[in-house]
Amino acid sequence: MNPLEAVRLALETIRTQKLKSAFTLMGVCIGVMFLIAVVSIVNGMGVYLKDDVVGKLIAINSFELRHRPNINMGDTDEATWREYQRRQRLRDYEVPAVVDVLPPGTRYAVMADAPLTMTSPFGGGPRSVRVTGVEGEFFAIKSLEVTSGRLIAPQEYVMGTPVVVIGPDVVKRLFPNLNPLDREVRIKGLPYTVIGVLESQGSAFGMSFDNVAYVPLQAPARRDFNAAPSMIDAVIIQSPSEAELTEVMERVRQVMRVQHQLRPGQNDDFALQTADSALEFWNKLQGYLVLAGVALPAFGLVVGAIVIMNIMLVAVAERTAEIGLRKALGARRRDVLAQFLVEASTLGAVGAIFGVALGVLIAFIMRTATPLPAVVAPWSVVVGVLVGAGVGIISGVYPASRASRLDPIAALRQE
Amino acid sequence: MTDTIDDIGISTTGERRAVVAAPGSTPEQDWVIVARGLKREYDMGGEIVRALRGVDLAIRKNEYVAIMGPSGSGKSTLMNLIGCLDSPNGGEYWLNGMLVSAMSDDQLARVRNKEIGFVFQTFNLLPRATALQNVELPLVYAGISADERKRRATEALDSVQLGPRLHHRPNELSGGQRQRVAIARALVNRPSILLADEPTGNLDSTTSQEIMRVFEELSKQGQTVVMVTHEPDIAAHARRVVVLRDGLVESDERRERFVDRVGIQHATTKVAHD
Repeated sequence: MNPLEAVRLALETIRTQKLKSAFTLMGVCIGVMFLIAVVSIVNGMGVYLKDDVVGKLIAINSFELRHRPNINMGDTDEATWREYQRRQRLRDYEVPAVVDVLPPGTRYAVMADAPLTMTSPFGGGPRSVRVTGVEGEFFAIKSLEVTSGRLIAPQEYVMGTPVVVIGPDVVKRLFPNLNPLDREVRIKGLPYTVIGVLESQGSAFGMSFDNVAYVPLQAPARRDFNAAPSMIDAVIIQSPSEAELTEVMERVRQVMRVQHQLRPGQNDDFALQTADSALEFWNKLQGYLVLAGVALPAFGLVVGAIVIMNIMLVAVAERTAEIGLRKALGARRRDVLAQFLVEASTLGAVGAIFGVALGVLIAFIMRTATPLPAVVAPWSVVVGVLVGAGVGIISGVYPASRASRLDPIAALRQE
Repeated sequence: MTDTIDDIGISTTGERRAVVAAPGSTPEQDWVIVARGLKREYDMGGEIVRALRGVDLAIRKNEYVAIMGPSGSGKSTLMNLIGCLDSPNGGEYWLNGMLVSAMSDDQLARVRNKEIGFVFQTFNLLPRATALQNVELPLVYAGISADERKRRATEALDSVQLGPRLHHRPNELSGGQRQRVAIARALVNRPSILLADEPTGNLDSTTSQEIMRVFEELSKQGQTVVMVTHEPDIAAHARRVVVLRDGLVESDERRERFVDRVGIQHATTKVAHD
C-alpha cells in the first residue's frame, strides 16, 4: 500500500476521533513544546550575552590586553584566581613597544578606570560613576557617539585637560532638568567641565551602561584610577579585519613576553581578552543547558509513547474485523504493519506539530515580554517533529505487529 | 472440449472425476478450481476436529456453483480454503493452474487480491469510508494508481446500479445496496472467482432475490461464481449444487436434479423461466 494512502487514513482516523486523539497527542505535544521552548530560550540567552553584554564591552575584531581577564563568567578556579592576583599590572611605559608592532590600519586605545564619586553643584549626588581615563582612538573603537556637545579633542588628551564626556544616567542624576554642557562637575572633588553627553548604551541584567564618564587619561583623575599613576587597566586593540586579528594578537603577545622577560616555557602573565574568550564559559554552559532542554522533555515523550501504544492497542482490538477484511482483500502482513505504524507515527508527528506551534508561541512570548531575544532554532523544529514521529513509530511497533499477525478468518468472524 | 460441457455450461461428472483423479498434475487452463483430497483438521484443545476429510472438487471457468450443507458440514472451512484464507493439512488445491496449497502467507494475500472476489454475509464494508473508497480498497493493495482506481471503482459501482451512490457511506445505504457495494468491491479487480459466503443471510427475501439476480447476470457475463449457503432455495439459484456432509462431498449435481430431489417450491421468476 502506498504510504501517502496510509497517512491519509491515519489523518482521517484522527479527525473522526478528535477527543481521543487530543489526549493521545498530549504527551508528545508537551515534550516537543518544551524542547522547542528551552532550546530557543537558551539560544536567546546566548544571543543576549553575545550581542547585548559582551558585544557592548568588547568591540568587533578587537581584543583587550589586560593583566587578567575582567569578564569572568564563573569558571575561574581558586588557584587561577590567586595567580591573577600575583600578576604585575600593566604600565603606561609598556604601551609604546606594543604600538610599535601593530600593523598599519590597526587602531588602539589605552584606558584605566575606577568607580569614582561625582558631584555637581546643581543637583543630586554624590554619585558613584564608572570613570574611565582614555587615550587613543577609544571612542572610535567602541563606536561611542555624543548626542550633544563633542568628544575629547587631541590636544586635551596631550594636555590632560580636565574635561569629561558623561553618560545619560549621570546627566539625569547630576543635572536634573539642566543642560550639562560647559557646566562644572566634580570627580573626587576636582573640577571638570562637561563637554559632551553620550548616546544611551542600554543595560544588561539590570546594570546600566549609561552610568559612565570618560576623561583624558592624563587628566587629574588618573591618580585615583590605580595605586600608581603609571598603572593602566587595558590596551584595546582593533584589527582592521577578522583575518588579521590572530596575527595582531600574536605580535602583541610576543612583545609583551619580551617586556616581561618570560622564558619560552613560562605561561603568559597577561591576558588577551576577546569576545570569544569572554564567552567561553557561556558556550560550555550553553551545551549543558541544551542537554537539559533535550533531556527533560524526554520524560514527556516517554509518557507520550506509552499513551500512543495504549491507544494503538485499543485501535487494533476495535478494528479486528477491518484488519480481517483488509487481509481478505489482499493486504499482506507488511501492508497491515505499515498501516498501523504510519498511523502511530502520524499521531506522533501531529502531536509534535502542535508542540512546535506551542513552543514557537512560548518563544514569541519570551521575546516580547523579556529582553531575551528567544529565537526558535530550525534544527529544534526538525528534531521535534522527527522525534515525535519516531516516538509514534516505536510505540506503534508492538500493536502493529499484533495486527499484522491476526488470522484473517478469526478476524473476519469478529464483529 | 465443448462436447463435454452441457448447454448451461456445466462440466460433466466424468470429466470432473478425471481431473480430480490425477494428483500432482497441473489442471488444464479452463479449470478454475481443482481440489484433490482436501483435508483440514483443527486442534481444539487436544481434540482433533476433522472439518474436511478429503474433498474432491473441480470447477470450470464460468460455472455457477452453490456449496451447501448443514452447519458443521465443513462448508465454511471449504470456503476459507477456496478463498485462500487458510491452507489445507492435506491434499492439493489448484486455483487457476497455481498450486495454492503450497503458498506462503504473502503469496496467498496476493492470490486473494488478484483471483478472489469476496462477498460476505455481513457485507464487511469499512463504515467510515464511502462506497467508492470501499470499492477501491482491493485496488489499493494491488498497487494501482489513484486515478485508475477511481475510474475502475466507479465503473464497478455503475455495473451494480450504484452509480448515483458513489459518495455515500455504508450507513446511508440499504442492506441490498450495501451488498451491491460489496459485490462491486469483489469484482473490481476482475477476479477469477466471485466467492460469496451466505450473501443473502442478512437480507430480506425481496432483497435476496435482487442480489440473486445480480449473481445471475454476472454468471451470464462469464463470471465464475461460487456461493456458500445453507438455504436450499438460495442454492437453487446456482446451476450446480455441491452438498457437503461431515467433511465430505455428499452430492454434486445440476440444479434441476437438486431441486427435484429436495423438492423446493420455487416462486422466483428466475427459476421459473430457466
